[in-house]
Formats: sequence, C-alpha cells, structure tokens
Amino acid sequence: MFRFVLQRISLLIPTFIGVSIVAFAFIRLLPGDPILLLAGERGMTAERYAELQQVYGYDRPLLVQYGDYLWGILQGDLGTSIVTKRPVLSEFMTLFPATLELSFCAIVFAAALGIPAGVFAAVKRGSWFDQTIMGTALVGYSMPIFWWGLLLIILFSGILGWTPVSGRISLLYYFPQPTGFMLIDSLLSGQEGAFKSAVSHLILPAIVLGTIPLAVIARQTRSAMLEVLGEDYVRTARAKGLPPLRVVGLHALRNALIPVITVIGLQVGVLLAGAILTETIFSWPGVGKWMVDSVFKRDYPVVQGGLLLIAGLVMVVNLIVDLLYGLINPRIRHN
Amino acid sequence: MVHTEELNVIDDAEAAKKRALKSGWSARRAMLAEFWFYFSENKGAVIGLVVFVALVLVALFAPLLAPHSPTIQNRDALLLPPFWQEGGNAAYILGTDAVGRDMLSRLIYGSRFSLFIGVIVVSVALTGGILIGLIAGFFRGWVDIVIMRVMDVILAFPSLLLALVLVAILGPGLVNAMIAIALVLQPHFVRLTRASVLSEKSKDYVVSARVAGAGPVRLMVKTILPNCLAPLIVQATLSFSTAILDAAALGFLGMGAQPPTPEWGTMLAEAREFILRAWWVVTFPGLAILVTVLAINLVGDGLRDALDPKLKRS
Repeated sequence: MFRFVLQRISLLIPTFIGVSIVAFAFIRLLPGDPILLLAGERGMTAERYAELQQVYGYDRPLLVQYGDYLWGILQGDLGTSIVTKRPVLSEFMTLFPATLELSFCAIVFAAALGIPAGVFAAVKRGSWFDQTIMGTALVGYSMPIFWWGLLLIILFSGILGWTPVSGRISLLYYFPQPTGFMLIDSLLSGQEGAFKSAVSHLILPAIVLGTIPLAVIARQTRSAMLEVLGEDYVRTARAKGLPPLRVVGLHALRNALIPVITVIGLQVGVLLAGAILTETIFSWPGVGKWMVDSVFKRDYPVVQGGLLLIAGLVMVVNLIVDLLYGLINPRIRHN
Repeated sequence: MVHTEELNVIDDAEAAKKRALKSGWSARRAMLAEFWFYFSENKGAVIGLVVFVALVLVALFAPLLAPHSPTIQNRDALLLPPFWQEGGNAAYILGTDAVGRDMLSRLIYGSRFSLFIGVIVVSVALTGGILIGLIAGFFRGWVDIVIMRVMDVILAFPSLLLALVLVAILGPGLVNAMIAIALVLQPHFVRLTRASVLSEKSKDYVVSARVAGAGPVRLMVKTILPNCLAPLIVQATLSFSTAILDAAALGFLGMGAQPPTPEWGTMLAEAREFILRAWWVVTFPGLAILVTVLAINLVGDGLRDALDPKLKRS
C-alpha cells in the first residue's frame, strides 16, 4: 500500500510542474507588456520602467524567472493582486470557504437524491419510473446551469419571493466569522434568524451547482447497480430467501457504491467549473467569481495564482479518490 | 483455344471482383441496417435525431424562416411579451428584447452559431486528438510519455476555467472561444485513441499487416484507426454538446461571441438585467440551448448503445 501511495504521488509531480509552467507562461503570453500593464493608462518613464523590470525580474533569462517562480510557489508566495495589493494566497484562503461550503452542499444534495434515484431506477429497470428518472437525469446533464440559475431566481425569488437573489447572508446580520463557513458561523453567532438567512441564501446556488453532479451520480448508480444485480452472489442471496430490501441495500448497493464514490470524487472539477458560473449568477463571494472578476479587471497575478491553486486542488482531490479506490479495491493496488 | 480459356479466366476473375465489390457494398449496407436496428430501438435517440435534423434545417434556412431581421432594432416594440400574453403582438410571436429585436428571429439565427461552434470545435478536437493519440499509442516510449503528461496537465484544470483564461489571453470573441474549447476537449480524444490503439496493436490482423510490409502511416491510419472509431464517434457526439454548452457559458460570461451577435449564451447575458421584468428574454435562449444539447446527448446515448458491442445484447 505504501508503495502504491508513493507511486501515485510521484506521478503527480510532472503534472504539477506542467501546471506551474502553464500558470507561469500565462502572464507572459498575454498581449502587451506586463509592466506597462501595471502602469495602466498613466504610462511611465524609461527609468521607472527599467527599475520595475528589475524589481519583477523580467530582465533575466526565462529559465531563471521560472525557477524563481517555482521557488516562490514552494514557499507559498503566489504574487500580489494588482487591485487589492494583498497576497494572492491569502485572498484565496479568505474566499475559498465560501466555495467549499457551496460545493459541499451541492454534492451532498446531488448524492442524497442521486443515489436513491439510481438504485430505484435499476431495481425497477424498464418501468415508467426508471424511464422518467433517466429522462430527467439526461435533462439535468444537458442543462446550461447559468440559465437554470436564472430560471430558479425568476421562480423562487421573483414570483414566490421565498429566497434572496444574491450573497451569502442578509445584510442585517453581522458577526465574526471564525470558520468562514456561513452555516456554522451563523449558528455560532447565536443571532436569531441568522442561520435561516444563511440557509435561504445557500439553497438555490447549491441546487444549481448540484444539478449536473446529481444527473451524473443517478446515471452512474443505476448502471453500477444493474451490473451488480446480475452477479451470482446477488442471485444466491435472493435464492436463500433474503428479503429484497436486504439484498438490494446490503449485498448489491455496497459493491455498486465503489464506482459511484469514484464518480462523486471526480465531480470536483465539474464543481469548480460550475462554481465559476453559479457564483457569478448569485454574486456568491467565492473563488469562482473571484477568478471571473479578476479576468475582467485584468488582475493577472490573481488569475495566475488562482489557476495554479485550483488545478492543484483538483489534482489533490483526484489523488485522494485514487488512493481511496486503491484502498477499497486491492486489484488496482497490486496492478 | 488457349486464348479463349485465358479470356474465360479473366472473365471469371472480373465477375468475382464484381461480386466481391457488390458483396462489400451489401455488407456495408447490412452493417448500416444493423446499426439502424439497434439505434432505432432507443426511442429517445430517434427523437433526439429528429430534433437535431430539424435544428440543422432551421439553421440552413434561417433567412427564409425568420420573420424579422435578427439585428434591426424597433423602438416601437421594446420588451414586448410573447403574443399570447397581454400586450403581446402577433407580429412578434416570442416577443422582443430590450432594444426591440424579434426574439424568434434571433433564436433562429442563433441556431447557426451553436451548430457551427459544435461542428468546428469537434472537427478540430477530433482531428488533433486522433493524430496525437495515434502517435502516442503507436510509437510509445518517451513520445508517449511526453504527450500523455501534457494531456494530464490540460485535464488538471476545470475545463471552463482553462477556456476562460485562454480567451483572456487570445481576446474575447467567438473564434477564440472555439479555439479554447477545442483545446480543452482534445485530451479526451487523445486518451481514447491511444487506449484503442494500444488494445488493437497486438492483435493478429495488425501484426499480419505489419509482416506484409505495411509502413507505420498505413498501419496507423488504414489498419488500426477504422477499428477504433466506435468510441471516438460516441465521444465526438458528447463533445459536440459540451462545446455548445461551454461556448454559451463563455458568451454568458461576456468572453464568447460579442453583442449584437444572436448567440444564445450572449443573448442570455444581455437579458440578465431584465430577469425579473421580462421572463421571455431569459427563458427562450436558455430553452434553445437545453433542447439542442439534450437532442445531441440523446443521439449520443443511442449511438453508444448501437456501437458498443459489449452493451449490445445485454
């Protein structure tokens, strides 16, 4: 197992170097001079230009610059935002809990609905129930989520007036945020109605972000269940006269869940891409909206740093999924 | 005497060749019939195909079908609701947008952009992906390692984020958005092609072709590739819908097609501020995206059922 872990981690190193090259190249591929970009429309004198070039190290060979960049990353230095003048890493850390909270609720929503739906569809294979669920899942899978979000806003915020349109909590509430997770902080604050406000702000974005994972999980659960239900040991369990619920719930589902859990883990990329759209629609102050805003504000150090951090995050989560999969399934480990 | 015998032999050969050609043709027809048999068993796939063909027709004949120009603004008809609502006008069946352009005409012209995006992006990603995947799978060694690591790097980024950043580098616009999306989708084709090549390469028919003296290009393109096509076709269909969705998302974020282009995602971005006042400017473009993507995904599911021999008779 230890060998397996080491091997998987070592596979990540070239990918991480590649990702860092992409992030490094990003600023240099942009049209225009990065230093003139810093100056904005004011322009600058030739001396100041030379000075800044030295400060940022743009006068040195590319390879040296890249080495410096990599060394900086390893020490947690991802540059400074042009707009806020704050370190990119600390901005990311402030905003990330919002994205994590949203993504976590989205995936819980998706799994809580998707797994039972997939199981029932598989058990009742071919029935109208199965067809309805799979039809709905395909619609969800095809959904342009930015439109889906707008529709839900029209219905639940506009017509019914049930939920707020944007943000994480009502402006009426103000309290310290030790964890950064609004659901927890609002509970800790002890203010009346704060938690309810946080939930009502979270519910629509979580549904929107969870829609595609929900569809994927339902489809995956169904096909995994169908495969397992045809296995000999399930037939044996049935033949022994075990109640159907026990056969499906205990014997079949446990084995069908392995690919499902993998799929859930692999949704992290989908979630982060979806967060870009969902957070933009709901003005959710998370990493996705931060990236979009930075692209528009031409805050390139932030885009560069965010790119690296998000890719790193996806890689780490995929690694964890991979390792867990190896832990559950020894055949992978010894291959 | 000998002469006629020779002629007879030649005649026989000719006839055999003709028969072979004919049977090749009918074999192909039989394959197609078998494909259609399995494809048409999936009702959803057939419905998807019908909708898709209808969309293609709408896109082709957009100038004939659209009742108004997609770009001319009409100041007497700002934000008119659809005709069945109070205040609607039968001349504008689906209403008008904030500057008085006919929604239906813009949607009809929009189908051209979406289908165009899908076709171009998939063609670029498919060609590039097959080529790179063939090279990686066929030559193995360090070529393979380098290619696959580069693909891993591309796949490490959430696709929409990478496309967004690429468009930031290249500059906003439809063409740049298509380039970015093609680049992001391409690793899937590389991986699929490489995996199929690896599994096909050691099979007898490839070995015998190699022994018969086939060169690497012929082996790759004529011997191996046709046998790897089924999963690639399915992936191409799925990528077609992903390309449309991603292009619309980029348009929605203001990084894809620019106004006044009647691209559906861009239309949604323009409609956002009227979301609580004029539901139709938000609802219809998104519905158009959903229907198109759904139709293509239905076809994709049907293709997978029909082309994947493992699932065929289960």
